[in-house]
Amino acid sequence: MDDLINKRIDEVLKGDQDAFEEIVTLFQHRLYHVCYRMLSNRQEAEDIAQEAFVRAYINIHTFDQKRKFSTWLFRIATNLCIDRIRKKKPDYYLDANVPGTEGLTMYSQIAAAGELPEEEIERMETQERIQYEIGQLSDKYRSVIILRYIEELPLQEISDILELPLGTVKTRVHRGRAALRKQMGNL
Amino acid sequence: MNTCPEHIVHSMHAYLDGDITREDERELMKHLESCSECDELMKSMSETIALLENIEPIQAPEGFVEGVMNRLPKEKKQAGVQRWLRKHPLMAAVALFFLMMSVSTFSSFGNDQQFSVTKQPNLVVEGETVLVPEGEVVKGDVVVKNGELRVDGEVDGNITVIGGSKYMASTAVVTGEIEEIDQAFDWLWYKIKKTAKDIWPSSKKDDPAEE
Repeated sequence: MDDLINKRIDEVLKGDQDAFEEIVTLFQHRLYHVCYRMLSNRQEAEDIAQEAFVRAYINIHTFDQKRKFSTWLFRIATNLCIDRIRKKKPDYYLDANVPGTEGLTMYSQIAAAGELPEEEIERMETQERIQYEIGQLSDKYRSVIILRYIEELPLQEISDILELPLGTVKTRVHRGRAALRKQMGNL
Repeated sequence: MNTCPEHIVHSMHAYLDGDITREDERELMKHLESCSECDELMKSMSETIALLENIEPIQAPEGFVEGVMNRLPKEKKQAGVQRWLRKHPLMAAVALFFLMMSVSTFSSFGNDQQFSVTKQPNLVVEGETVLVPEGEVVKGDVVVKNGELRVDGEVDGNITVIGGSKYMASTAVVTGEIEEIDQAFDWLWYKIKKTAKDIWPSSKKDDPAEE
């Protein structure tokens, strides 16, 4: 697999655009799936996943062929997803203090963050509910949880993709896991 | 709230990550047996993981790959030609052959605007007019470039007039073919035939014998 990809990359480097098509075909579903789990929106997932491939194509000369291509590709995609999430939502987290208000956190202003009423959450199908709960995680936990449990990648690879120390990845997995368990307690 | 020691929760995560030591695992299991609260936490975390792992994979929509390819910056023209050449080496060789040939012949057509004529002993040249006098026999092929040819006598061979005109008197006798070349295309065809004859001079003679 890696040999085939490196061969195609060599062809792309020589200016053969068609060789890139095979690379896209090989990774399209995995990349789209990760983007969809990150963004909870099919149109956005398609847009961002396609953009990730375009960026990969443009920057292919910077890819070190001794490394794993999927790691590099996932890095581009997760970074784009995180950028998109941060642009979409104002830069606060639920447990952050609201400026100028003593002890008032975002939990008390929940409607703004796109959270749904409890009855509606309980009516959701399991699949929909899981996606909803993943979407409630802040981007740093969300990316780690998705890569760990949906892409089922080893911790070391997640650390390579996100360019974070292994210890940080572990901590985020732990916290993300604990947060999800709390959120899904009644499922 | 959980009042159990911090390192037990830590062990739970280590266990779930698959990097727990044997000793810690033994301690954790022992604790879970005795503490229903921690046992509950452990179970619900495992369930959460199971739910995540069983999430349905979602496929990229149709037309995804085409979408990416359409969004790529246009490749350099040169690359397209190079790829074509790589995929069709024989066609590339043929194309190269014709390219070289047409370049050399067309350029010689363009540069060759001067009057010239093959040299034969009894050809009479007056300015840019070549005359085969009456009663004379010119042996061999006559080629006139950018000039006029007037045949009153006899030519024992072919006549070729390039970029000019010819006049045949009633007394004219030509044993070979008469050819007039005016257009670039005719010129090219003439060159190709001539080149072919030069390359395989004997084949023409041999062919009939083989058939």
